[in-house]
Amino acid sequence: MMIIRDRTIVGDDWQVLRLRDQETPETTMVPDGKIIVPFKVWLAQRATLLQRNDIGVWFASDERPEDLAEDVHRFTVIAVDFPKFSDGRGYSIAYNLRARLEYSGELRAIGDVLRDQLFYLRRVGFDVFEPRPDRKIDDALKGLDDFSEVYQISFDQKQPLFRRVVRQGKSAAGLQDD
Amino acid sequence: MYCYDEYDQRMIDERVAQYRDQVRRRLSNELTETEFLPLRLQNGLYMQIHGYMLRIAVPYGLISSRQMRMFAHIARKYDRGYGHFTTRQNIQFNWLKLEETPDILADLASVQMHAIQTSGNCVRNITSDEFFGVAHDEIVDPRPYAEILRQWSTFHPEFAYLPRKFKIAISGAKEDRAAILAHDIGLSVTKNAQGEVGFRVFVGGGLGRTPIIGSEICEFLPWPHVLTYVESILRIYNQLGRRDNKHKARIKILVKALGIEEFKRLVEEDWADLKNGPGTLTREEVDRMSSFFTDPEYEVLAGNDSSLKAFMADNRNFSHWMKHNVRPHRVPGYAIVVLSVKKPGNAPGDVTHEQMDAVADLADRYSFGEMRITHKQNLVFADIKQTDLIALWHELTKLELASPNIGMLTDIISCPGAEFCTLANARSIPLSKLIAERFENLDFQYDIGEITLNISGCMNACGQHHIGNIGITGVEKKNHEEWYQISIGGAEGNDCSLGKILGPSLIFNQVPEAIDRILQVYLRERADEGERFIDVVRRIGHVPFKDHVYATDFPDELVKSDDKNTLIPAQHAVPFYSPRF
Repeated sequence: MMIIRDRTIVGDDWQVLRLRDQETPETTMVPDGKIIVPFKVWLAQRATLLQRNDIGVWFASDERPEDLAEDVHRFTVIAVDFPKFSDGRGYSIAYNLRARLEYSGELRAIGDVLRDQLFYLRRVGFDVFEPRPDRKIDDALKGLDDFSEVYQISFDQKQPLFRRVVRQGKSAAGLQDD
Repeated sequence: MYCYDEYDQRMIDERVAQYRDQVRRRLSNELTETEFLPLRLQNGLYMQIHGYMLRIAVPYGLISSRQMRMFAHIARKYDRGYGHFTTRQNIQFNWLKLEETPDILADLASVQMHAIQTSGNCVRNITSDEFFGVAHDEIVDPRPYAEILRQWSTFHPEFAYLPRKFKIAISGAKEDRAAILAHDIGLSVTKNAQGEVGFRVFVGGGLGRTPIIGSEICEFLPWPHVLTYVESILRIYNQLGRRDNKHKARIKILVKALGIEEFKRLVEEDWADLKNGPGTLTREEVDRMSSFFTDPEYEVLAGNDSSLKAFMADNRNFSHWMKHNVRPHRVPGYAIVVLSVKKPGNAPGDVTHEQMDAVADLADRYSFGEMRITHKQNLVFADIKQTDLIALWHELTKLELASPNIGMLTDIISCPGAEFCTLANARSIPLSKLIAERFENLDFQYDIGEITLNISGCMNACGQHHIGNIGITGVEKKNHEEWYQISIGGAEGNDCSLGKILGPSLIFNQVPEAIDRILQVYLRERADEGERFIDVVRRIGHVPFKDHVYATDFPDELVKSDDKNTLIPAQHAVPFYSPRF
């Protein structure tokens, strides 16, 4: 499938494993190949999965990445699922993964991922996006550049605007041009 | 006031372009309505009964004459000639076309205005004290911090899809005029014993379905930490706030469920990583912001203007206006003037485009070209020379903005209600008119004295009925009938309290009679004229009021419900009060 990585549309061979009805984290079969497994599956089958080097993990929006603890540094791919684009918990999950747990691998946004959220998603630390399959991916790419400047710190920008540039006070800002 | 630099302007302009493209994609069906909804809401655009309503941000209620003229322009060009000032110090236009909204935002951007985050589950427009900078009791001017918070919250990437809306209010005076205890975060900027500036922080206040008064989470937060501390509060809320039930999603429910101690522990644990980090405010930034809010060029005046006394003695109306609509100013020879947008018979908060233009001209002539919108839906000229008061009063009288009723019974706070809003169960504005007309007699109002009356068309409480001395809420019964619940004992300010429901709900026509009965009890029970309505309610409780309201039947003509009582809101295509019809 196609994903956005480094502002480029590229092919990708990671598969996201989602539990089907009746499957439990303990019983589900993790297939061969590059698989991003649910965090619950990672916890349930950790001993086995530790033997493999082609495993990623994804978080549901009600899970806490802090629970991954030291395992976080084993992964080259971690994903966060957006069950609905309006469920904003994934933004804080991403921020905490990056800023608190110092995760430096690839961080993917999966699920209900749409163009109009991409700018914010990028800012909190996502660097790979899997836009919803029914949408044009090249259109979604445009969402990364909605704004050319930001006020506040997040993962992408470690200094707030007021520390980065010299902003003028009233005396120098000039009057409004009536 | 604050003036955009190239950075602010660029972001606003880019927002207009982004929104214009979103509207284009919606109109061409590339975006579904479900997907477009949160996008338009974060630009203040609601779909109401008659069409689209746009809520424009007036940051902390402060506005220039140039910006007010732009409102007049929007009212004329895109709307039906008027706008509605809201309890959150914003303005709403009710009759817009979706296709035209990008042009409206472009017009607004040309005067450094926008509609960003005036709705949606994000950090909303910051509200504040309408008398900042000029009040006698101000400890610290909150405006620089309000603007710093505005910028910080604008397009915050992590907090754009919160469980629910998030409102921050900030006050810097001894008396809280910003209802900070009724907000998700309330900030009281103050000084400690050493004279250092900091914030007393409250969290988890709010009205709506479950009214709760905010809890103190930090007694004194030194000013450099305000952004990082607020960030930690938002992060905990974003992760743990309920998302399974819209009615239990505000931060107040989370704070209540965890308890303030546990919530505070989580916040401070998160904050430990941010404290003293790069998000910390700098002295230079606060100084820069403060430079926008320095005193205007006040003249050195002797003090109180004695000629006013003579004119007051001769003119009863002017005298009333001076007493009720004019407030002392901290600078000798100046006064604060509240423009009453509450003329009985008019919709509270509604201003026509002619009034907007005229008010802008008056602000230029008399008040350094600035004004404030109050959460009580009035306007304020903050810097009037006392020697200009008589001339200004004449002008405001002509404009119907000088009703001497500020703080009185007819200074009614009202949401738009069921004629506009899809959430409302009952009409608000027509009821406010009925009440105002019944109690229009000024001598009666002055006898009653200081009182607040708030009307909300539903439990969402845009009319802030919980903190009205008398609060009225629209409730729905079977078959879309509109009924009203009356509560008493609510108050804002330092003694903030929530009203208590009096008894069974009433129909439209009965409400003024019920208020009359409530007031009779007050007049009977008060110790003297100095004992305010709220004082009496607190002293004797609500039972005597309840007993009197429900003891006797309502007059026959008020018992039977008329056709208005079975109104189906959506069927009222055109509100009958509208000044343009």
